Amino acid sequence: MKTLVFERNLARFAASRLASNFGSGRAAGIGPLRLVEAEPPELPSTEWRRVTPRLSGICGSDLATLDGRSSRYFEHLVSFPFVPGHEVVGELETGARIVLEPVLGCATRALDPPCAACRRGMHGDCERTAFGRLAPGIQTGYCADTGGGWSHAGLVAHPSQLHPVPDSFSDEDAVMVEPVACACHAVCDAQLRGTETVAVLGAGTLGLAVVAALSALSASGRVPGAAAVLVGAKYSHQRRLAVELGATAAIGPDQLGRAVRRRSGSLALAEPRASAGPGPLTGGADVVFDCVGSSSSIAQSLEMVRPRGRVVLVGMPGRVHVDLAPLWQREVRLAGAYAYGTEVVGPPDGRPPDGRPVDGRPPDGGPAESVGTFALAFAVVAAHRLGRLVSATYPIDRFEEAIAHAGAAGRRGAVKIAFDLRGTRDRRAAPSGRQSTGGTP
Amino acid sequence: MTPRPGLVLEVDRSTPPTLFWHGERFVLERLPEGSRIVYAPEPLDPLEDPVGAIRHALLHPIGDRDPLPALLRPGMRLTICFDDVSLPLPPMRAPDVRQLVIEQVLEMAAAAGVDDVVLVAALALHRRMTEAELRHALGDRVYDAFAPLGLLTQHDAEDPDNLVHLGTTERGEDVEINRRAATSDLVVYVNINLVAMDGGHKSVATGLASYRSLRHHHNPRTMVHSRSFMDAPSSELHSSNWRMGRLIAESGIKVFQIETTLNTDTFPRQFAFLQRREWEWSVRDRAAFAATSAALERTPARLARQVFHSIRAPHALVSVQAGEVEAVHAVTTANVWRQQGVEVDGQTDILTMGLPYICPYNVNSIMNPVLVACLGLGYFFNLYRGRPLVREGGVVILHHPTPWEFHPGHHPSYIDFFEEVLSDTTDPVEMAKTYEESFATDPWYVHLYRTGHAYHGVHPFYMWYWCAHALDHLGRVIVVGGDPAAVRRMGFSPASRLDDALEMASDVVGRSPTLTHIHTPPLLMADVR
Repeated sequence: MKTLVFERNLARFAASRLASNFGSGRAAGIGPLRLVEAEPPELPSTEWRRVTPRLSGICGSDLATLDGRSSRYFEHLVSFPFVPGHEVVGELETGARIVLEPVLGCATRALDPPCAACRRGMHGDCERTAFGRLAPGIQTGYCADTGGGWSHAGLVAHPSQLHPVPDSFSDEDAVMVEPVACACHAVCDAQLRGTETVAVLGAGTLGLAVVAALSALSASGRVPGAAAVLVGAKYSHQRRLAVELGATAAIGPDQLGRAVRRRSGSLALAEPRASAGPGPLTGGADVVFDCVGSSSSIAQSLEMVRPRGRVVLVGMPGRVHVDLAPLWQREVRLAGAYAYGTEVVGPPDGRPPDGRPVDGRPPDGGPAESVGTFALAFAVVAAHRLGRLVSATYPIDRFEEAIAHAGAAGRRGAVKIAFDLRGTRDRRAAPSGRQSTGGTP
Repeated sequence: MTPRPGLVLEVDRSTPPTLFWHGERFVLERLPEGSRIVYAPEPLDPLEDPVGAIRHALLHPIGDRDPLPALLRPGMRLTICFDDVSLPLPPMRAPDVRQLVIEQVLEMAAAAGVDDVVLVAALALHRRMTEAELRHALGDRVYDAFAPLGLLTQHDAEDPDNLVHLGTTERGEDVEINRRAATSDLVVYVNINLVAMDGGHKSVATGLASYRSLRHHHNPRTMVHSRSFMDAPSSELHSSNWRMGRLIAESGIKVFQIETTLNTDTFPRQFAFLQRREWEWSVRDRAAFAATSAALERTPARLARQVFHSIRAPHALVSVQAGEVEAVHAVTTANVWRQQGVEVDGQTDILTMGLPYICPYNVNSIMNPVLVACLGLGYFFNLYRGRPLVREGGVVILHHPTPWEFHPGHHPSYIDFFEEVLSDTTDPVEMAKTYEESFATDPWYVHLYRTGHAYHGVHPFYMWYWCAHALDHLGRVIVVGGDPAAVRRMGFSPASRLDDALEMASDVVGRSPTLTHIHTPPLLMADVR
């Protein structure tokens, strides 16, 4: 059965790196990714289940891997060859649809007692992702033993990784749950109190998901939200979607610094200049969600965050070159936001700050509660019908086109690109506006 | 030969193409037969002895004022205020008329033994002038005598220590002006009255005021009810300034007003064709037009901008009057009309205008889209007395490249205004309610206004309010040759050619509209019957 496999091949790795200089996603045909006939992976134990993918998304970290730009830090946290694909809606042998929670923490690795992070339910922080009965791999889609979503042969999943999909969800909705869970985790971890000015830099899938999570989770009282959400989005369709999803304003990324300065009443340290941004601010946003993860986006985030503010890296960074002097001098908190697990939600300390209403709600938020990030993500996807962000799907044998499309998603007016592994008769109605390029393998 | 008055030409088959300004370029457009073109009067003859005329005005004041020497005495505080870089346009050849006037005032002050003299550039919320601009306006002798001693100042509308609140008018308008002027024994204000709007009580009540004071008349309601603000009796802008001016006088502040009018000799000889009527172009004019146009076509926009901003106009003094504010201003206004007035019968469905590279707020700077709108819909639209040249519900067609470009040092708040405000609303009332205060009090804009060369944070709002009457009056605004995105951001319609614009206008004014073109330069004022 047709499967995309990523192999350790230094020559192909170098070729992909070279080709990606001409644009992300250009290297799929010459890089370490190959389309092969493969058998389903073996079940690690009897409790594991086989999952047949229906849709499997292409995410930024996949592109970084395919482009040869992923950090070497991950060398010990993956095992080759692996089948990519960790954003998966699939079905079990019973026919039930599930969304995969791809993190391979202690439970999946039969490690007992679990590590401290997994004991707390924070399996995204698992300390044992290179140990136990599975080959190293932080997630399904990077582990040689589990298979991945970009395959008709399917993958294997531990019951702790499976989340049933409500009937009201289309496959497109469901495939958005995993990236939205990443956004929910970032939002829950940002320690908002309802009064902040938040900047979101980048409005691809993750940036839009952060905006959606901010508005939906605050509307439901799960997190206090923000007083203003300013989004820097490069493309017009991204700006439109960001506003639809709840952004206070969506502007070009080079205007974001100006908007943050205006909103926060800051001064700018540099003389006014012809280039668009105001340069480093004296104050700034309380929280910046960097959904790009590049040297320039991190530098821009540090310029526009207030002293003692928080920059949350939601987009996966690699090796970057950043001047950390402003971080030091302004005592900025730079935090990663990876994956998901269990979140503590509700008003801060069980009550809104200073007893004031949060987002217009009376100060009766009740006590904090622990809830799985995926549960929050399902709620956010449902609230905003985020299946509409799936812009195009491709059959797996057109993987080069699919990956090129994903690499140029913004420029081509798209958001999420996914592989469609369903049979023709098995497809559920696609949301309007989505481009299906034919899903029959 | 006596300068010829203005005229209204009806276009027929023999009429040659008409010159339109187009930013740092100009183009010839063939207007439909039956269109009207309004041509300004020819420049009046200059005063033969400008210095003598100035001295005469100072010694023979108008209205209830003694001659200037009689107002000067040892030990007094004398403050001489003068119009800023926004006048005249283009900047005039040296010596600037402000220099000529101020030298005479200083000479009389010295003769009277006055030694507490301070010069104040009456900026209101405009940008501070550079040293070069001050030297040009005042001359090196005055600059070098005052600037090193800190006696040449620029009004700072954001310096609470240097403002005095004099009270409120009967309409509740705050009057807050420059402390030095308010505490002087005599304020001498030196005007250049380029258009009829300038001068009068507006000089002190606006030029030396704070935002707290200015907001009472620089707002959408006042602008919509100033019809036009080139015609003081019909201008709520002026009514407000007059109330403030009278309160200033009642507060005991004595103003000796000096107003000057210039002729409309606007461009040097190599650009003489710009001011000539096209059918009178000589072979030399045609050659100059062709050569200049060809050169500008090949010149990068930035370089072309530099070339044009280096032009010094051969404006010449044609009148000077001094004395009591209102009496002086009545004579001045008549003199402005004498130079610029043209009688026009009836309104038009479509009004076309070519907009140049310069307006009062981009001297040595970039004409950003907001300023394009202000020049077209604020200034040129309002160059009327009686009724607007274009009928209510009619169309204005502007000819300008309207680049999405801003001077970051001069117009920082314009950038945010364009991005943040105009992307949300183009309604002056709505933006005043939602955004004005936050821009006016933004600490970064305040800092740049006070320490750099930036217009005040609220200034782009004022420029948009300047358009309020036109926006309220017109059915559509079309910009020929403008950056489509910038034009649309302002709620206008872009057209690539004049023919396209006329076609688009027909949706609003029908298939057989009347069309009138304001031919500039030079400036004119339409007396619409």
